[in-house]
Amino acid sequence: MDSFPKVYGLTQKPTFLCQVAARQSSVQKGSGFMLRYTVKRVLLALVTIFIIAAITFFAMNAIPGGPFEAEKAPDPAVQAVLEARFNLDKPVWQQFFLYLEGLLHGDFGISLKTGRDIFVTIMDSFSISARLGGMAIALAVVGGLALGSVAALMRNRWPDRVIIFTTTLCVAVPSFVLATLLLLVFCLRLGWVQVWSTTSQSYLLPVLSLALYPMSYITRLTKSSMLDVLGQDYIRTARAKGVREQLVIFKHALIPVITYVGPMTAYILTGSLVVETVFTIGGLGTQFVTGITNRDYPMIMGTTIFLAVLMVIMTLISDLVYKLVDPKITFD
Amino acid sequence: MSLLQVKNLHTSFFTDSGEVHAVNGVSFNLDKGKVLGIVGESGSGKSVTAYSILQILTEPGRITEGEVLFDGADIRKYSKSQMRAFRGSKISIIFQDPMTSLNPVYTVGNQLCEAIRLHSNRTRRQAHERAVEMLRLVGVNEPEKRVRQYPHELSGGMRQRVMIAMALACEPDILIADEPTTALDVTIQAQILELMQELQRKLGMAIIMITHDLGVIAEMCDEIIVMYAGRVCERGTSDAIFYHPCHEYTKGLLRSIPKISKNHEKLVPISGSPVDLLNLPGGCAFAPRCEKAMKICLSRQPEEIPINDEQIAACWMNVRNVYDEAAKGGERP
Repeated sequence: MDSFPKVYGLTQKPTFLCQVAARQSSVQKGSGFMLRYTVKRVLLALVTIFIIAAITFFAMNAIPGGPFEAEKAPDPAVQAVLEARFNLDKPVWQQFFLYLEGLLHGDFGISLKTGRDIFVTIMDSFSISARLGGMAIALAVVGGLALGSVAALMRNRWPDRVIIFTTTLCVAVPSFVLATLLLLVFCLRLGWVQVWSTTSQSYLLPVLSLALYPMSYITRLTKSSMLDVLGQDYIRTARAKGVREQLVIFKHALIPVITYVGPMTAYILTGSLVVETVFTIGGLGTQFVTGITNRDYPMIMGTTIFLAVLMVIMTLISDLVYKLVDPKITFD
Repeated sequence: MSLLQVKNLHTSFFTDSGEVHAVNGVSFNLDKGKVLGIVGESGSGKSVTAYSILQILTEPGRITEGEVLFDGADIRKYSKSQMRAFRGSKISIIFQDPMTSLNPVYTVGNQLCEAIRLHSNRTRRQAHERAVEMLRLVGVNEPEKRVRQYPHELSGGMRQRVMIAMALACEPDILIADEPTTALDVTIQAQILELMQELQRKLGMAIIMITHDLGVIAEMCDEIIVMYAGRVCERGTSDAIFYHPCHEYTKGLLRSIPKISKNHEKLVPISGSPVDLLNLPGGCAFAPRCEKAMKICLSRQPEEIPINDEQIAACWMNVRNVYDEAAKGGERP
């Protein structure tokens, strides 16, 4: 959740490849164009992912120490064998290309700590994070759109004031404070909900702590874009034609929300480091954190690349959807 | 009976700083197939009058008094759904800025069909055909291609034609044109005006033409109303207003129109600034800017006084003129 601020940049404008061409003399239409654009984006995404992988790999190796240099260091001979087994004795650039080679064969390597296959581990923990994240996204989008619409249509009356006050609060409070607070109040003091464990897995609190921030953000986004649309001349035109204007307004209000939801989905699905840690949920976020503390190189690389791929896909989808709802966006 | 009768219409905007009196007792009649011009500077209440008729005022605007009769029925008493059915089918409106008045995320055809299908029982295909037919009627080239385009792909003049097509698609009895040419460049202005005249002859609807430019509408209007501070200050036939203005404000407006024949003549602006609609003066609203203001102008609001059969002006000067003329003739009015 602490990675949210990074998403803002993406919500403000469509990504670099989508540019608003104010007046295009000819229309670019049809699935053919859409396909070409998608292929181009995928190729570019591969470059992006390669760069991310390279930076992560070299940064990871630049830090002193290594996976087999814990406090209770194994026998130097054992360490040498281990390092040779995982190519750690070779120069870093060579290690990088060996890793990439494995990746091209679909081999993410095995965890240096548990010995389990990285891809299997990621998929297992992703299924937990995704279930949690899916519920949080649904809550954030549905709740955000509903509350935002109410706030816009009843502006300056009490429902609007209450909604805006609460959402401002939720945006301002960091997720680790919120998660801890929820846990403290509802699990320990009131005892309404069980603490997350292997036997009792109540999604309520983790979902709430994950969803409140994006929900509040979507609420405010929806309200401001709806108010913006309400004052537009074409709404007056719609009214003058005898059309019910609410429907028209809703479609317009959706546009900025779409740009936000895409990248947000990627972040939430891949699991929030903080929320998973607070609720001790063994999702992808937890894997990522333990991977880092253990200097589990293949684990760090695996989760990073997985996250990057998901991010790129979600951004691409939101750009494509954006194009569908706003014809002024052209791909070039 | 007139097709549209507006009686003593008052509209105000209730803002935080007070009640803004935008329209203060406007009355007029519009007969079938006639063209009425409403002229006045910005803030004189022309557009608000039009929006009041259609009840498309935005918050915090409200009609506070008056009647709007269409075919004898008071449409102010209509329910919301009755009013929705009324707008676009009986009275349509085109707006000043075609750049922003069309919805950017729907195709031209989509927006045309929306209006058509709302007010008739046409199927999707029939509505589409009607849309193409309307675009052809308003002089849009390649209408079959245009219906599939988005507003941002059309020029300003083209968009205004689309607006006109949309307004006329359901054959309204009255078309309100709210400064239809203000946002367009001069050559396009003439084209749009010609188009409106031509359509008016063809389809026979009545038009309310709102503008701040007397020159624009002189030749197409049967009657002209000059508005100032939400009131009618002069009304009459086009010729009467042009050649024999009886209100100082109308005279000022006419003086501020550039004339091609007199190249070096300086334009005379009306001095002073528009009236503060929050605090309307007790007397004539134009008095503070009027060169010939008399004592009575500051204290008492002039009523609409008939000058002759085809002209009425709300100006105390005319009362004096009537007295003067009567005095010359040796009889008392």
